[in-house]
Amino acid sequence: MAENPIIEIRNVCKRFGQVTAVDNVSLNIMPGEFFVLLGPSGCGKTTLLRMIAGFELPTEGQILIDGQDMARVPPNKRPVNMVFQSYAVFPHMSVADNVGYGLKIAGVGGAERESRVREALELVKLDGFGARKPNQLSGGQRQRVALARSLVMRPKVLLLDEPLSALDAKLRAQMQFELADLQDQVGITFITVTHDQDEALSMAGRIAVMNKGEVAQLASPSDLYEFPANRFVADFVGSVNLFEGKLTLDEPDRAAVDCPGLGKVYLNHGVTGPHGADVWVAIRPEKIQLHVPGEGKAIRGAAEDAPEGHNFARGTIKGMSYLGDITLFEIRLESGAMLRVSRPNMSRRDQEDFTWDDKVSMHWRADSPVVLLS
Amino acid sequence: MESWRNAKALFAGVGFPPAAWLLVFFVVPLGVVWLYSFGTNTSLTEIEISGTFSNYARALDPLYLGILWKSVLVAAATTVICIVVGFPVALAIVFAPDRWKPWMLLAIMLPFWTNLLIRTYALIAVLRREGYANQAIGWLHDSLGALAPLVGLPQPGAYEPMELLYNNFAVIFGLVYVHLPFMVLPLYAALDKLDKSLIEASLDLGAGHLRTLLLIVAPLAAPGIVSGVIITFVPALGAYLTPDLLGGPDSQMIANVIERQFKRANDWPFGAALSFILMYATFIAIAFQAMKNRQAEARQ
Repeated sequence: MAENPIIEIRNVCKRFGQVTAVDNVSLNIMPGEFFVLLGPSGCGKTTLLRMIAGFELPTEGQILIDGQDMARVPPNKRPVNMVFQSYAVFPHMSVADNVGYGLKIAGVGGAERESRVREALELVKLDGFGARKPNQLSGGQRQRVALARSLVMRPKVLLLDEPLSALDAKLRAQMQFELADLQDQVGITFITVTHDQDEALSMAGRIAVMNKGEVAQLASPSDLYEFPANRFVADFVGSVNLFEGKLTLDEPDRAAVDCPGLGKVYLNHGVTGPHGADVWVAIRPEKIQLHVPGEGKAIRGAAEDAPEGHNFARGTIKGMSYLGDITLFEIRLESGAMLRVSRPNMSRRDQEDFTWDDKVSMHWRADSPVVLLS
Repeated sequence: MESWRNAKALFAGVGFPPAAWLLVFFVVPLGVVWLYSFGTNTSLTEIEISGTFSNYARALDPLYLGILWKSVLVAAATTVICIVVGFPVALAIVFAPDRWKPWMLLAIMLPFWTNLLIRTYALIAVLRREGYANQAIGWLHDSLGALAPLVGLPQPGAYEPMELLYNNFAVIFGLVYVHLPFMVLPLYAALDKLDKSLIEASLDLGAGHLRTLLLIVAPLAAPGIVSGVIITFVPALGAYLTPDLLGGPDSQMIANVIERQFKRANDWPFGAALSFILMYATFIAIAFQAMKNRQAEARQ
């Protein structure tokens, strides 16, 4: 790629006294990208965002915006704008005055300011709300004001701090789409901080998962979900079954892990890990198929009733949780370990197929498990 | 919480003593003084309530109006200086690390715990001709003066102490000193409630610190500023001890005149009229403020 990154974060550390909030993070964010910093609370994602905005200074390392070192640039001189978690809409100003605030400071005069404010309000679907006061708006509308107030400045980068956390679930789902659309429309680089993996997966082009101040993995949403790099990411993004085991076979086109909890797990690809090493096998609940013993597609010559090349396990249903679109099963394996399986309810009576204490068989494809070295 | 309707006896029992106290020791004497303001001296000790307005008419004499006007100016100057000094102090406390805050607030409130008279005498010790202020400035003057020949400047003359006491400067200085906590505390309360992300949002949108202060912080702290102004201006307007002890012959305030009417001049009706003019003015100012507030609320 010939393009230069719009934001370069080089070996940035931030320490508050004894606490290291951000620990040697390096990231390149490209122009026009929808970038998400995802992690549990206290992982340093908000601190990193605030360092880009200029509200915190790195203890070590450099932040470059559009090739320029930001070390000595105060927040009011940076070509980035931020949408705050609390929205921070000025309560004593009308919606139009809020949106026009930055332009007024920048010395943009009457007519141009008015038309840009109107454009920005149209962009966030708040046309006609200019004269209202913030206390006459709903939470979702206040957030749109905050968005318009930042977008009207035409920043190179828009920073969003947990933009959807204060909205109710329905509105949040709608805003996820709207934010992605908006970003498409204006073409500005978005950097969003969130602890909500659904939000991250649905909106992001790329996601940096952070843990204890470090970047645990940097990948596209689907890579993050399907090919997590470590146990933290596998567990934090989505739901997962993790089993400890030893790598007993590792060839270019196949591998096997001996897990005390799950038995032998076969893979149809190599792992390139040290033989006999302690590894973890991760399997997503939806990748496991559930059926009544003996009713699976029995393969001639196979010891069990699973399709050829599939992994196989048996257990007893110990817990069920019907969620409408899917049903979650907690299954106790013969080893005593628990396995979580989800099953889509593809017809209306699917949830009646199984009940508590049923014996079940399970199988999953040889390319479904992920072997994790750390 | 029980409604007072359901427990009339209880509420009467709890409410009566303070109400009676206020009535006997505040409302009644105030009423007596109010009546005096419409009276005439008939002898050295007798006052006849004649219903005359002559005391108020006399208060409109340029001499007294001048002193009243001057009192307003002194109180206004005190209030403005208190805002200018108090606002940064309040901001500093708001943004100080949490473990310092109680100590800083304590430092603000500490003077409250000392008698006003003692504090004022301490100010005299600081401001008088041989006081600590003059000593410190004199010491600086002398030591810098001794250095002057080294850099080729002529040696300045001996230090002439400044007259810091018994003038208007001393009165305003003393009033600011006494009233600063009254300004800092409501400002602190208003600023502490302020969402800090509003300040960050303003900075983020390109405003510098000064403009953020003027466009965001000050308007949002307005209720605190208003209550600070009222509880600074009103007592400063009626200040008696500070101008009496720190002021010179020309720095009398209205309270000093009132005191003289009740004591040396033995003209209680006139003193009463002057007192009530001060009260009427204060009430009008507060009512005006309340009206403005209601208008502002109605507009929102």
